[in-house]
Parts: sequence; structure tokens; C-alpha cells
Amino acid sequence: MSANLSALFYLISGILFILALRGLSSPETSRQGNYFGIAGMAISIIVTFLTVGNFGTGFIYVLIFLVIGGTIGAFIAFRIPMTAMPELVAGFHSLVGLAAVFVAIAAFLKPDAFNLGIVGNIKLASLIEMSLGAAIGAITFSGSIIAFLKLRGIMSGSPITFKGQHFINLLLGLTILFLIYYLCISQSSNIFWSIVLLSFVVGVLLIIPIGGADMPVVISMLNSYSGWAAAGIGFTLENTALIITGALVGSSGAILSYIMCKGMNRSFFNVILGGWGATEQEKNSKNKEQKPVKSGNADDAAFLMKNASSVIIVPGYGMAVAQAQHALREMVDALKKSGVKVSYAIHPVAGRMPGHMNVLLAEANVPYDEVFELEEINNDFANCDVAYVIGANDVTNPVAKSDPQSPIYGMPVLDVEKSKSVLFVKRSLSPGYAGIDNDLFYRDNTLMLFADAKKMTEEIVKSL
Amino acid sequence: MDIDPFIFRLSIFILSIFIGYYVVWSVTPSLHTPLMSVTNAISSVIIVGAIIAALAGSSVNIFQTSNIFGFLAIILAAVNIFGGFLVTQRMLQMYKKKKK
Repeated sequence: MSANLSALFYLISGILFILALRGLSSPETSRQGNYFGIAGMAISIIVTFLTVGNFGTGFIYVLIFLVIGGTIGAFIAFRIPMTAMPELVAGFHSLVGLAAVFVAIAAFLKPDAFNLGIVGNIKLASLIEMSLGAAIGAITFSGSIIAFLKLRGIMSGSPITFKGQHFINLLLGLTILFLIYYLCISQSSNIFWSIVLLSFVVGVLLIIPIGGADMPVVISMLNSYSGWAAAGIGFTLENTALIITGALVGSSGAILSYIMCKGMNRSFFNVILGGWGATEQEKNSKNKEQKPVKSGNADDAAFLMKNASSVIIVPGYGMAVAQAQHALREMVDALKKSGVKVSYAIHPVAGRMPGHMNVLLAEANVPYDEVFELEEINNDFANCDVAYVIGANDVTNPVAKSDPQSPIYGMPVLDVEKSKSVLFVKRSLSPGYAGIDNDLFYRDNTLMLFADAKKMTEEIVKSL
Repeated sequence: MDIDPFIFRLSIFILSIFIGYYVVWSVTPSLHTPLMSVTNAISSVIIVGAIIAALAGSSVNIFQTSNIFGFLAIILAAVNIFGGFLVTQRMLQMYKKKKK
């Protein structure tokens, strides 16, 4: 296949990828969008085979490895529980990152196969592109591994900080840039390997100071990095499909990071520099004297909700941990039978990745037109009889609106306290991730339900 | 004067960033998780580079170091392509409208 013809096909792939993302603007068009994405990928792969035109033994091996990887991927895709999506996405990001590193290494070792010159005399632009691609890919890989370990709970979710951390990161970043410059002059393979190794280290150092509940930002950020790495390699390979995709993914991840930061009213740098909450916790444990709290049991909750005309459910990460989404749907079904109007309110940063709660509710067969975003539903709390908060905490804290001293002041929160009564399912009065006490616990209209989210919901179903 | 082909690629890149910006803002927040998994899948189009690397050189010795890196990258990207698209499909199947 001629280079011009294949370039046109790569362009078509790129357009199909754009359409794949465009489809996600509504659930109805999203499935079709996914098929566009698959078609784009198939075109890219077939065109590459035809362009290389080498159908010898190597081709057989390529097919074998494709099948091996594909089988593993398909197996994971079908087996993974929906609650583990954040880990899965972090894991997949690490693979993209590592693949970028490997392709860059292969291009460096055998530049003639990619039309980049010969060993020891690689084109200057290509050297810059491939070393940037390798560096970003390596950061994506090791950073995603750390994110994966934190999300899986293999590594503690609490921030790991030490003195001079940010200074070291800055120093390492500058060193990498200097090494890239030096690589361009010397073409030395040792320098190239050093860049890759240092970038692996930077990836680890970048992610360890970021706490568990900031993972939505981290995952989005790594998503973005994997895109930029792909784009870097796309420039090296002079491949339009890869350049377009890299740009799409890069900007997608960046926008998601922005939305997540906005949901917490924090700047991107504030999140990246990490270590939120550690100091606040100590301060607050002191003034946590015995404030009166009303607590109830499942029967009280069932009674309140059955007699309500409208109920809003506020799910959070705790619901995912307790796997309570199915029990929750049963509860809602029972309520609907007795004529109660039920809707769901989702905060942008609920869960451990963007849209995490929506997927869990969809899995439990909750229709997506009953699920609302913060801006859509926040005014409805004032007219609602019962708010059922399950596994959420900081995102309901009224302090964010009233106390300028609070670390979460200014963060958009759900106006749960405006509903006539609030049912708050929680195991104890312990503060949430931000390390601050939730004022909502002590309100007159709040009834605390101290129990595991799933058990409590199941009990409520029984007494309904 | 001739324009360096790099400039053309850079133009495509920058325009694509703008397309990405507008397309992603129009994605509904409830589909942000599928958005991440599908972007994951499509960024694995990097497999193109992996295939070129794997098939480079003579067919007599197909396991030179650079080929091996190519083969490894093929496995990684294939896991991502199949895993990413299938898990996205699985998620999107779950989004249903209210039964009227």
C-alpha cells in the first residue's frame, strides 16, 4: 500500500475516533460511538499490516501476540466487577504508557525501520519526539502503577510526603530535559536509557503524595499523560491516527482533571502537590466534644421514607465499598411501589473516578434519567421530604458554604440539609477524607443510621 | 519555499486538541467513566508503532532486541484494545432509560 493511501486511511481512523467520543454525549448514541471506535482501530491495524507488507514468519508471531493480548484483555473486561473500574482504568493507563516506552525504545534501536535515519544518526526532530514520548510514557506507567496499588488498597491511600519532595521532582524534571538536549547532541544510547529510568522514578514520586480521595484527579491526569505520550510517538512515526488520538485523549484527560478539581474547589497544583487533610485532622479531634446526635434504626428510616412524597438519594464512595447499589435499588423499587418519587443526586467527585457512581447505579439497573448531577438537582432538596445519604460525607457538608476557615470552604456541595429530614447512613461519626467534622450530623432534622451501608439498606427493604 | 511536513503534523495535532476540547465538553457527566475507558482503548492505536517495530528487519532473524520490544508492546496494546472496548461496551449496555 502506498504511503499516501495509508495516510488517508489513518485519517479515517482518526475521524472514527472523534466520532467515538462524540457518541458519548448521550447514552443512546454511545453504543454506536463505541462501534466507530472499534472500526477505527481495525482500519488502523489492517492498514499497518498492508503498508509494512511483510507477511513472513514475523506476521504469524504478530497475530499470535495479538491474540494472546486480546484474550487477556477480553477476559479482564468480562470478569471485572464494576466497583473495580477505577483500578482497571489505572491499570490500562499503565499499559498504554509502557507500550509507548517500548515503541520508543524499538524506534531508537532500529530507526531505519521507521524511516528516522540510522543508528547513531537519527533525525533531530525524531530524537526529541521519541524521547519525549518515552519520558511521558514512563511517567504514565509508573504513576499509574502507584495509582493502581493505592486504589486496590495494596498501598495505603494516605499521602506519602517528605521534606524537599517537590524540589526533588523539579530537579529530576529539569535533569530529564537536560538529558534530552544532551541526547540530541550525542545520540548516546546510555543517555536514552537514563531518560527512561529517571522518568519511571518521577512517575512514582509524582503520585505518592496524593491521597486516596484525590484519585479522580490522578486518574484523569494519567489519562491525559497517556494521550500526550501517544501523540509524541505519533509524531515520531509520522502517523496521523496516532497524533489525532493522542490529542483527543490528552485534552479529554485534562478536561476531566479540571472538572474534578472544580468539584473540590481546589486548584490543580494544590491537588498535585498533595497532602490534604493530614494537619486538619489533629485540630478537629480536639473540639470533637459530645454534641447531641439523633440516631435511629432501619424501622425509623423505613417509616420516614414510606410516608414521604419525594426522596433524594445521595450515594458516595462508601456505597461502592459496601457494594450496596443493588440493595439500594431494591429499596427504591419498594418505595416507588408505595408511590414515593425517588431521584438520585451525584456530586462530581463522588467515588474514585469521574462518573463512578453513575456506572454503579446503571449496573444496579437504575434508569439513567432518574440520576441527576449536582447543578440539576440541588434546588430540589428544599422541596424534598427525605434525603438518604449513603456513603457520602464531605460533599454534603454545609460548612463548605458557611465557614470561610474550613479547608473545604467554597467547594460545591449538595444542599442536603434543606430537605425536611436527612437519613445519614454511616458506620461512625468519624470525619471524611477532608478530615473535618460534618456539621450535618448534629442538625435537628438529621437522623443518623449507624451501620454498614449495605446491611442498613437491606434492613430497610425488609421493614418496608 | 517548502514547508516542513512536521508543520503539517503539528497543525493536525493542534486542531485535534481543539476538536477534543469541544467534543469532550459535550460528553454527559454520567458517561465520564466510559469516556475514560474508551479513550484508553483508542490511545492503544500505538499498536501501529508496535507492529512496525515487530516486523522490522529481515525475516531470517525476527527476534532482534527491537523486534522483541515491538512484540511486547503488541501484547500490552492488545490487552488495552480488547479490554478497553469490551469493558466500555459492557458499561454502555447497562445504561437504560426508565420503562414507561
